[in-house]
Amino acid sequence: MTALLAVEELHVEIPLALGTLRPVRGVSFEIERGKTLSIVGESGCGKSLTSLAIMNLLPRGARRTATRLSYGGSDLLGLDERAMADLRGNEIAMIFQEPMTSLNPAFTIGNQLEEALLRHRKVARTEARARAVYLLEKVGITAAPERLRQYPHQLSGGLRQRVMIAMALMCGPKLIIADEPTTALDVTIQAQILHLLAALRREFEMGVILITHDLGVVARIADRVAVMYAGEIVESGSVEEIFARPLHPYTQGLMRCIPVPGRSRRGEHLGSIPGMVPSLIGALRGCAFSNRCSHAFERCAVESVPLREIAPDRAYRCLLSAEACARNALEAAAQ
Amino acid sequence: MTPPVLEIREVERRFWVSGGAFKATRALSAVAGVSLAVRRGEVLGLVGESGCGKTTLARMMLGLLKPTSGTILFGGEPIETLDRAALARRVQPVFQDPYSSLNPRKSIGSIIGLPLRVHKLGTRAEWRQRIEEMMDRVGLARRLYRSYPSQLSGGQRQRVAIARALIMRPEVVICDEPTSALDVSVQSQILNLLQDLQRDFNLTYVVISHNLAVVEHLATRVAVMYLGRIVEENETTALFRAPRHPYTEALLASVLTPEPGLGVPDTHLGIAFPNPLEPPAGCPFHPRCPHATALCAARAPERHSFDGAIAECHLYDEIGVNEDKLVIR
Repeated sequence: MTALLAVEELHVEIPLALGTLRPVRGVSFEIERGKTLSIVGESGCGKSLTSLAIMNLLPRGARRTATRLSYGGSDLLGLDERAMADLRGNEIAMIFQEPMTSLNPAFTIGNQLEEALLRHRKVARTEARARAVYLLEKVGITAAPERLRQYPHQLSGGLRQRVMIAMALMCGPKLIIADEPTTALDVTIQAQILHLLAALRREFEMGVILITHDLGVVARIADRVAVMYAGEIVESGSVEEIFARPLHPYTQGLMRCIPVPGRSRRGEHLGSIPGMVPSLIGALRGCAFSNRCSHAFERCAVESVPLREIAPDRAYRCLLSAEACARNALEAAAQ
Repeated sequence: MTPPVLEIREVERRFWVSGGAFKATRALSAVAGVSLAVRRGEVLGLVGESGCGKTTLARMMLGLLKPTSGTILFGGEPIETLDRAALARRVQPVFQDPYSSLNPRKSIGSIIGLPLRVHKLGTRAEWRQRIEEMMDRVGLARRLYRSYPSQLSGGQRQRVAIARALIMRPEVVICDEPTSALDVSVQSQILNLLQDLQRDFNLTYVVISHNLAVVEHLATRVAVMYLGRIVEENETTALFRAPRHPYTEALLASVLTPEPGLGVPDTHLGIAFPNPLEPPAGCPFHPRCPHATALCAARAPERHSFDGAIAECHLYDEIGVNEDKLVIR
């Protein structure tokens, strides 16, 4: 099956007074229709900038380079802003974290929903309205025709996020990029929104890129996972593989950090990752994680570490062998 | 049994909300009749959706907000008889956002030491020593003494907030979403720190969080709030193993543990968190409850207590747990 979106060696560089900031360094991945790829990492790891770079929505001054960035076989790198704007919201739609700030408070829900369709298709307003009502009902909003006349401030956070999802679906996109779509929401609403997203993905056979820091969300909704650290993908694989046999010391560390009801014990310490993310300004020598890694040795600080593919669709970025990494995980768990 | 250090009796707090021009103001009961007892050394977790009244309750425990009715007792004394400074020595907050809760123009040493200056405890030299000892204790390097909050990471800032709360050696610390603004790897460090400090200083915590995994890890008891009322309260392990209230059950079902293959649960809750200005008649949870009956819409359930646990639900009648009606496990 050919990829819906293929990204190869994506770099983002932002020139600053102190030097060049490199928040995304050589990110490559592919996504197929009907599948969910989750990009997981902590703040500052470059996961959001990766998605903005794909959409060509980077902040002013940021430079994007890649050896390949293709959507459905066509090259996105060569597209001018006009052609890119035709794709955005039409073929590729985004759902952002903060539904409070990404809806325009001065326009009604209906106005904002219809706009997406009117911008991209030659349709009558009544037709756009009918689609808006259909999709609001699809995302579980009752009394949809009345909702169209309401303003964003009249809706709760959960409803607003549903409106955002409906808006993303207006043109029937093939790819959805959801950046922390449930982070600002209550757990009960989070479960509902993710449930909905998974159902819609199946129904419309969309590709979904889900950007999140929440390993629980990743485990429950992703097919494939890419773990990012300091601008690089440090590990990727199927969701089952990543959770059953995490290889990279950072992935292993993350998994030990999260409290899990029934598994972590009260009074016992959770795992932690000491130290801090290195500065991404200027050239970085060696493995970016080496200063926080308990298994680091001399070579880690000086050698650049390639992403090693050990099976189709399974890769990690560490100088240690996969066997050694797996052994380390077992030893840490036994402690 | 040790006497409660903090006791809340039938506390209610109403806010008056303007209905708009030419309309009457309406009463919003943010906290509608809550009774709680927090014992010394206990960690009470307070969970519920946004708007359920957890933060209003916390502000009343801190003496920042007066209850409309009911009493709050601190060490057996009504909170309003204690003066503000005396209360502040005994109960301290740690807030969610370490970016907005620290004064950006004060140095770290000065932020942590402010309570000492306000309460005029000891000499300037003693302050310095106590501040540095507290910095060691919460894992802040002493060289940060003269730094400013903007130079610190989120985790370090939260350590500053914790140090500031603990410098007066309070008995009770109210943590309102202490790790929600932090990254996963930093969250675990702060949780470990809170746990160590609680043990070493014999502190009593009230931990407010929407993250149930965090609450399960820290709390010894959990109270579940819904629309201003505590609908269930129990010892943590028991509550997580066998929730009694359908709302608790739904909350627990929404916790996404990192287990692939389980998918996202359907909580059957519906999206509509009721408008607190117009709470539903009868049991406030009945419009969202999968087990609701006609009785639930007509009459508010009473508080049933058994073995130190509390549940407000019609599934339990006056004589206690009715096993036949126990649909939930």
